[in-house]
Parts: sequence; C-alpha cells; structure tokens
Amino acid sequence: MKRAGFTTVSLPVFLLLPQLVIIAVFFYWPTVVALQSSFYLQDPFGFGSTFVGLQNYADLFTSREYHRIASFTVVFSVLVTFFSLAIALLLAVKADKILRGAKTYRTLLMWVYAVAPPVAGFIAVIMFNQSWGPLTQFFGMFNYTYLVGVNFNDTAFAMVLASVWKQVPVNFIFFLSGLQSIPRSVREAALIDNASAMGRFWDVTFPLLAPTGFFLLIINITYSLFDTFGIVDTVVKGEPGNNPMTLVYKVYVDGFRGNDLGGSSAQSVILMVLVLALTIFQFRLIDRRIHYT
Amino acid sequence: MAQVQFNSITKTYPNGFEALKPTNFTIKEGEFAVLVGPSGCGKSTLLRMVAGLEDITAGDLSIGTRVVNHVDPADRDIAMVFQNYALYPHMTVRKNIGYGLKNRGTAKSEIARKVDEAAAMLNLTPYLESKPSQLSGGQRQRVAMGRAIVRDPALFLFDEPLSNLDAKLRNQMRIEIKALQRRLGVTSIYVTHDQVEAMTMADRIIVMNEGRVEQIGTPAQVYHNPATTFVASFMGAPPMNLLPAVVDGGQVMLEGVSFGPAPHRGKVIAGIRPEDFSPDPEGDLTIHVDLVEELGAHRLLHGKLGEEAVTVHVANESVAQTGPLRVGVKPDALCLFDAVEGNRI
Repeated sequence: MKRAGFTTVSLPVFLLLPQLVIIAVFFYWPTVVALQSSFYLQDPFGFGSTFVGLQNYADLFTSREYHRIASFTVVFSVLVTFFSLAIALLLAVKADKILRGAKTYRTLLMWVYAVAPPVAGFIAVIMFNQSWGPLTQFFGMFNYTYLVGVNFNDTAFAMVLASVWKQVPVNFIFFLSGLQSIPRSVREAALIDNASAMGRFWDVTFPLLAPTGFFLLIINITYSLFDTFGIVDTVVKGEPGNNPMTLVYKVYVDGFRGNDLGGSSAQSVILMVLVLALTIFQFRLIDRRIHYT
Repeated sequence: MAQVQFNSITKTYPNGFEALKPTNFTIKEGEFAVLVGPSGCGKSTLLRMVAGLEDITAGDLSIGTRVVNHVDPADRDIAMVFQNYALYPHMTVRKNIGYGLKNRGTAKSEIARKVDEAAAMLNLTPYLESKPSQLSGGQRQRVAMGRAIVRDPALFLFDEPLSNLDAKLRNQMRIEIKALQRRLGVTSIYVTHDQVEAMTMADRIIVMNEGRVEQIGTPAQVYHNPATTFVASFMGAPPMNLLPAVVDGGQVMLEGVSFGPAPHRGKVIAGIRPEDFSPDPEGDLTIHVDLVEELGAHRLLHGKLGEEAVTVHVANESVAQTGPLRVGVKPDALCLFDAVEGNRI
C-alpha cells in the first residue's frame, strides 16, 4: 500500500499543534516542573528554595513512614484489584446465564459506575457512621465497635470496600461483553467435551477471557493506585493522623498540607516512573501474548 | 454404535412457536442419516436436541437403549461437528482433539496414541502443535472431525459441516466424511440444506419442512418416489416439473394427452423429472423451448408446456435449439399428487 505523505513539514505540524499544545501544557510542563522542584527544598511560605540535589529522594527512601505507606498502598492495590476483578467476573458469569430480565439486571449493576469517587467515599462514610451507620450497627451486633477514622484496620477496610464497590461495575461490563464475544458453538463444543461446569470455565471460558482480564488488570491497578484518591480523602476526612493512606494521597498531604513541595514532587516523580513501567509492561505483554483470533 | 429413536419428539419455544411437530422415526445402527430441508425447517433444532444443546418439549429420545432426554451432552456418548468448527482457539490441534478424552479420565499415553492415530488418518500430523488460527478452512474442518472420531462415540452429529468451505473442498470433504463413516461404522446424523450433499452421502434421507418430516427413504426412493410436492421440488436440481392435470374418465389427462389410468380424483398435479422427458418426433407433447443451458455433459432446455414452465434434461449429443420441440415421457415416470394437499396419490 502506498502511504500518503506531506511534502512540507509545516502543514502536519500546524495540524497537530492544538494536540501538541494541550499535551505540552497539561502534561510535559507539569512533569518538568515536578522533576525540577523535586531537587529543591522549598520554603513553606514561598520565600525561595534551595537546591538539595537528591536529598528529597534520599529522605523518602529512608523514611519509615514512606515505607509504611508504600506497603499499605501495595496491600490496598492488591486487595482492591483482586476483589474488583473476582466479584465482577462472578457477577458477569452469572449475568451471562440469565435469559429473562438480563437487560434490567445489567443496567442496575452498571449504575454504580456513574458514582463519582468522592461520593462513593461519602457513601462509605455514611455506611460506617459512628452512631447510626448500618454497617457499624451490623458489626455492633457481633459486639465489635467499628471505628472509621480511628482504628487503622477499620478505616482501611472501609476504603477497600468503597473502592471495590465503585470499580466492580466497570469490570462487570467488560467481562460480560468478553463472555458474550465467546462463540456460542465453542461453548457448546465444550459442553459435549466436558461434563463439569467448573472444568469448562477454567479450560475454555477463562482462557478466552484472558485478553479482557489482562486489560482490566492494568486498568484496575491504575485505578486502585490513583483514582481512589477521592475515596481515601473522604474516608480519612482530611485527618491523616494514624489513618491509612495511599502514596497518591501522601503526595497531596505532604505538598498541600505539609507545604513540602520538594518532597511531594519527588513522590510524584516516583509515581510517574511507576506508571511508566506499568504502561511499558502492558504494551509489551499485550503485543506478545494473549491474542487469539 | 447405537440406534437413535425419536418417539413423538416435539419442540415448542417459550413464545409458542412450534419448531418441531411430533416426530417419530428410528435411525438404525451404523446408518448415515441425512436431515435435509430449507432453513427454518427444524432440522438443526432436531440435531441439537439429540446433542442435548436444546431441551425436548415432549416425547422420548433414546440413543441405544437409553432415554437421554435429561442426560447431559457430555454423558450422551456423542460427538458433534459444528458448522463453524467450534475449535478452542487457545489450544493446539493436539489439545483440541484430546480435550474430550482428557475430561473422561483417559490416560495420557492413551490420549497421545489416539490423537496421533486420528491425526494420521486425517493428514493432520504436521499441524498437531499449531493453533487453529494458523490452519486453513479445510484443515480446521479436519481437526473438528478428529475431535469427533478420537472419542469413538456411539453417534456422530454433523451440523452443516461443509457449508463454510468452497465448492471444490466441499466435494472432497464430502467423500472423506462418507468414507470415514463407512470405515468406522458409527451411526451418524448429518444436517444440511444442500440436497446434493443429502443425495450423495445418505443411506437414508429425512426430508423436513416447517417442523415436520415430509419423507424418509433412501436417496433413490426420495428422488424417484417423492411423497409430497415439497419433496419433489426440493430434491433434485433442477427440480421435478409439477404440472396441473386432471383425471377424467379414469385417465390422467395432461395437455389433452392421456397418461394412463388413475383412480378418479378430478384435479391433480403431475410430476415429471426433467430427465424423464425424451425428445421424440413422434412424442405426444410439444414444448416451446425459450432457453438452452449448456452444461457440457448434458443440456437443460427451459421452456413452456402450454402455460406451465418446464425444464427438460437432454443428453449433449441431441440437437438443442429454441422453438417447438416434440417430447415423449418415459413410461412410469409420472408421479401424481393431490392438487390441494400436495400428497402423493
């Protein structure tokens, strides 16, 4: 095939300009600023900054608090990703078998998708309200005093619960459409070849869902790392104290509460590198494996 | 090997549509039965009911001596070849063929031996480690066949297995499937809408229309003695000529010519196969030929007998030109049908 080309350089550059400007202003510029300020120690009141080299990074890597939050973030992401995917897959497999009222069922499940993260967090806060939250009362029935915002584990559980609840619908939609794209005759062939429903799921359905599953895995890791900010913020009520928080939330707390712009920038840079690694990993794997036609 | 017995089998969908009217027949042990009919006639539904992929609304279905109405597809001892092959895209050819055996607890060495054997029979040995996406249509079709034969089931089910192949490959696979079935001697039910496939492959043909069995018989019976006008027009290409006639004074009268005695019935339909006309200067009938179709080995003459369109099949050595042509009808070639019901008289 002959490739169409431009004879001059200026026209394509001109056509691309709006996009380039947007990327430059909203992505590259902040990146450069963050990278730059991560090498400085800023005066909290904006009276100047001192070049400290890699000191901000060194501080982070030796900080016990940073390690603690990083490990919590890992545990949090693993839990949120695993349960969001597992629950969504279970619901999708069940919904796929429904013949009557399937549309209503799907629509009802998808509603949660429209809820904004801070609202999801707020709903969690209401559910776990100290004096009248239904879930607090539920735990109270087992003589357990549930203390969101006070007890570390209780708060963490509320965060995970809200984050999973918020993410399940997205995964559900993808899994369901993935399931429905598996040819009916392939499933019927499996029905004749294998008497066990569990066996059929793991041998045939699950491998054929792998492309969808892998895509969702990346989406969910990104979600649990970054998009849960709103939920974390609402649940800890802006009072970090001893409460659990994720790395992204710590960027905000250090930068805008602690006015430590240099340290906060260094954390952002670390997160950027993490995202970059994740993206490269995703593209390489998607290119190489898990692709059938 | 087993016989398959349909005992008042009925299929009604929840919306009230009757896809299959009560059906009774038996497929004998080792027989190659072909279900043929236009799309929507219920032939695939019937096959899927045998496979257990579709519920049976009423009646009993037995495979061998066992009623299998409520037996899981995997426990019916059947193997099915699907129209679009339905191979597992993520498994190699070897795993595709061996999957059914693996789930039945066959030993690994035994699976490997049987898969190798089937692959050799189907010329698939070089492709055993390939994925289905790397194979051509004909090869995929063979893998689907391999998956069926490796299980050594009591019954093979074929759901239009050749309709996704091109014409040349279709002819070749048709012969291969038939030969394979002969060699293995496994009872088979084969669904197709292609009457040529039905004629060439079947021991017995089951012609279906609108959820009903129209006729069951050997290819020759169905072709030469169609039970209804539907069968007469569906089987054979070109189809049987169906011409209005009357029985007058105990004689069948077509275009004012008598064609022998018949019980008094009034209006009837006379069916004559295109090859049962023969050009004959002394013939009783005159056909006005409008078009000559040259087919090499023979010719088809399309024209009119009175007001009715007719097709005449003639050998290639005979003269063929448009215009009037006198023809005779071979003795005993006339099939009479009821003019209203379409049933054979």
